[in-house]
Amino acid sequence: MRPVSYSRVADVGTAIGTVSADPESAFLAGGTTQVDLMRIYVEQPHRLVDISDLPLNQVEELPGGGLRLGGLARMSDVAQEPAVVRRYPMVAEALLLGASPQLRNMATVAGNLMQRVRCSYFRDVAAGCNKRTPGTGCSALDGVNRGHAVLGTSDCCIATHPSDVAVALVALDAVVQTEGPAGRRSIPIDDFFLLPGQTPEQEHPLTHGELVTGIDLPPLPVAATSRYVKIRDRESYEFALASVAVAMSVAGGRIAEIRLALGGVATKPWRARAAERVLDGAPATIEAFTRAAEAELAPAVPHGMNAFKIELARRTMVRALEEMAQREGTA
Amino acid sequence: MSPAIGGTLNRVDGRFKVRGESRYSAEVPVTNLAHAVIVNAKIASGRITAIDTSEAERAEGVLAVLTHLNLGRVATVPRLLPSLAGLAAPGQTFFPMQDDLVHYGGQPVAVVVADTIERADHAGTLIRIEYETTPATTLLDQARDRAYVPERIFGGLLPGHSSRGDVAKALAEAEVCVDATYRFAPNHHNPIEPSASTAVWEDVDRLTVYDSTQGPNAVQFTLAELLGRPPISIRVVSHAVGGSFGSKAMVWHHPALAALAARHVGRPVRLVLSREQMFTSCGHREEQEQQITLGARADGRITALRHHKLSLTSPFDDWAEPSLQSPSVAYTSPHYEGVYHLVRGNTITPTFTRAPGEATGMFALECAMDELAERIGIDPLELRLRNYSATDPESGKPWSSSGLTECYQRAAELFGWRDRDPRPRSRRDGQWLIGSGMASALYPVTQPVNPQRSRARLYNDGTAVIEAGVSEFGTGVFTAMTQVAADGLGIPVERVRFVGGSSDLPNVTAAVGSAGTSAVGSAVHLAATQLRDELIRRAVADDHSPLRDADPANVEVHDGKMVLRDRPDVGETYADLMHRTFVPDVEVLGTWNPPPQDVGYGVHTFGAQLAEVAVDADLGVVRVRRMVGVFAPGRVLNRKTAHSQLMGGMLWGLGQALLEATRMDPRLGRWANASLGDYLVPVNADAPDVVVDTIEVHDEVVNPLGMKGVGEIGVVGAAAAIANAVYHATGRRQYELPITLEKLL
Repeated sequence: MRPVSYSRVADVGTAIGTVSADPESAFLAGGTTQVDLMRIYVEQPHRLVDISDLPLNQVEELPGGGLRLGGLARMSDVAQEPAVVRRYPMVAEALLLGASPQLRNMATVAGNLMQRVRCSYFRDVAAGCNKRTPGTGCSALDGVNRGHAVLGTSDCCIATHPSDVAVALVALDAVVQTEGPAGRRSIPIDDFFLLPGQTPEQEHPLTHGELVTGIDLPPLPVAATSRYVKIRDRESYEFALASVAVAMSVAGGRIAEIRLALGGVATKPWRARAAERVLDGAPATIEAFTRAAEAELAPAVPHGMNAFKIELARRTMVRALEEMAQREGTA
Repeated sequence: MSPAIGGTLNRVDGRFKVRGESRYSAEVPVTNLAHAVIVNAKIASGRITAIDTSEAERAEGVLAVLTHLNLGRVATVPRLLPSLAGLAAPGQTFFPMQDDLVHYGGQPVAVVVADTIERADHAGTLIRIEYETTPATTLLDQARDRAYVPERIFGGLLPGHSSRGDVAKALAEAEVCVDATYRFAPNHHNPIEPSASTAVWEDVDRLTVYDSTQGPNAVQFTLAELLGRPPISIRVVSHAVGGSFGSKAMVWHHPALAALAARHVGRPVRLVLSREQMFTSCGHREEQEQQITLGARADGRITALRHHKLSLTSPFDDWAEPSLQSPSVAYTSPHYEGVYHLVRGNTITPTFTRAPGEATGMFALECAMDELAERIGIDPLELRLRNYSATDPESGKPWSSSGLTECYQRAAELFGWRDRDPRPRSRRDGQWLIGSGMASALYPVTQPVNPQRSRARLYNDGTAVIEAGVSEFGTGVFTAMTQVAADGLGIPVERVRFVGGSSDLPNVTAAVGSAGTSAVGSAVHLAATQLRDELIRRAVADDHSPLRDADPANVEVHDGKMVLRDRPDVGETYADLMHRTFVPDVEVLGTWNPPPQDVGYGVHTFGAQLAEVAVDADLGVVRVRRMVGVFAPGRVLNRKTAHSQLMGGMLWGLGQALLEATRMDPRLGRWANASLGDYLVPVNADAPDVVVDTIEVHDEVVNPLGMKGVGEIGVVGAAAAIANAVYHATGRRQYELPITLEKLL
């Protein structure tokens, strides 16, 4: 690890002031990804500003019926929060299906959104990687890329966004609250995650020193009938090969409301808008689910080892929708 | 007093482990300690053309930067010999940093020593190395045309080619043939404790190395040769080892590099491998391919077995894990041919990994057997019974003990095999296709070549210390040795302390090949019983003893009291005798001379593995629901630790079947998933309902207590049972490990 200085701050203003004054500094919260990346020289800040003491770890009711997840709320705490479990079950499920209990006890929800990709070439400083070192090429394009993305890729980067909970948050149109040197901002979550394009090093619109203070879940009755389905090689402590966050209501055999997002297959938490368009008002049948999944995956691009993900994602979507419809049908 | 052997004594080191009090090799307190970090080659083949260490040398806290230019030459690189032999046992016949050549990715090219590990690691990144790169071979597919048949493999212990009868003719005449090729991804050991060495030069001539190893003596002898010093100048201590699975069976470069670095800086040096370095520093199970051709009569009787293996080895050694040995004797097969084919590549020499050879070889054979059973239309278990061999098919000699048919029978009962519908895709549970499969398990009973020693000392309060130079790397050997010593002496386990983990102690071989407990256990048994006999001899010769003039053969010991067998009221305790005769302690050295290599019997451990899997019909996800393993490992010393070890082996078999694969990027010549996040091993959530049982077979051939070993047999056959169950569930044969879900979509 490169030598680094460390300080611990107690208020948001000092945190933002300290980091924004030093371009080689970084916030430190749970540290579950960041410290790993520092140990392997992928991230090399000179200064760490520990924000664990900031009063941002609560889950609060918002006026109007939504919920605010404090940026520093721990994954394990949010997953057990009764309001989350009851009103946004797919958020709780996505949290519990992510990482391991030890990591969830440390990691924060803001940190979860900010986590870096798991691409092994990104983590190998001796390999070319446009995201880590712009202009050095993407080693994953023709490399060991079984876990890589098939949606939202570019010829510069095909790394999969690793978060589970972000998939649920994208389906819900959550809003990311930030505070920085230029004041406070509200960023719709779909705009918070950027496609790699020709600039894969830019993963989000935050400026240096801007802090994610909270994540707002909008009031959404349909979110109470939602779930998160995750497919992976082993039963726990592994990233998704394909995952689906779905919230759906069915009335008279037809889909009244649908929110759908994909994980494990895209360079950002992937809102499945094409599928939603097919499903909106459609009969809740396997045929419709299959058409929707195919519409969403039509632009998918395979890269060698990950070609199976297109079919896996299609089937996982159909599975998740089918199970949701069955549950809705019997409710 | 009931015997301790066969009981369920809790681990004697368990209390220290759970309280964090065990001292691992990277935790031993040492004053004035410096830290060394190895810098690895990032290319797989080529030459260092320039190396600039000036910036690293100037970095804060740095004490030295060692490269091939200033490390100095090692005295001798000993020949590669499995550490079971009890001699020097380098993992490969190559020592790095002796010249500017790079033979494999991850080869050590520099060592940085600093006052903290973080500073040493950081300084390592400041070394500027320029390479001239040459084309590398890191995958079998790159060099199939360069395959050769080695004269011998496995450190020279096994032939590259063996045969009996006329396999070509027998196959041509066979009524049924199964021919299949199986591919295996490389596997890495991934123990929880990365290898570590702490080297302390007590003075110019005396070196102590605290090392995480399966064999302190092997490390001592290897260091003696590398450093050109007599063994008396080197002491190797291994207080606690956090798992190995073969990664610490041979002696790799880090203990010698730590010793050389310590000498260079004149301070004790600790060298800990990083998790990533564990993928390039301690060998691995090599990438391989195995072709099985089975010829049989219409009734299923096997007439011929041809088994060829193609695998990747290093530029230095003809290494292949011995995949052909156990399959060659698993069933009657009068005509046999086994051939190893090797391809030299840019890799470290592969090494022992969890049932080395048996795990892959028996996978291939047992999957082919499943196909044969289907082709003939008989139950897979019945096929095994029809081909059961009561003698070693290779030598024609009887088994020293077997128990295999009893294992099949017991496993089938525990599993409920009899109700099985043989048709593929015949069972469904919602989205899940359910299938069951079976396999035989065989593991050779390996014997050390040289005498095994243990010292037993009884104090005059009736307590005893038993010593042998074995290390405890999680197998439970210290616990089992406590039981063996207690029974041998006739005292309760609470009065016995077993001491191991140092090359200063009586010499035993490295605990490898599932033979550690039986090797050291035989020596401990002899030491304890000889000590008992010595005390009895003194008692019957002592005028003041109630046992005076008794026949020693008529004296036995219970709870520390020597009594007449037919008159248990007559006798005295060890303590009484020793106090009366002013003896503070009595000590003997027990020496067990292992039987010769040819004992007149076939010696193998047998077992049966059954598994039930559920395969998601749409998504291809495989989940193992149940595993039943029944084994006949001879005498079981401790039922609790033995069952744990067998169960652990079965779960590693699950990992081999479904999860474990190290992925090579041939463009970089480096592993692409060298981390525990990317190299998947089973987690608790993957563990199904596992039933372990043992059939006790009596064996007077292998060693005094009749122990055959439980270390690795649990792995063998587990993956095949799972793959056969996947076929039964889905109707799709699996020819490549691991079975990941895309193969079932």
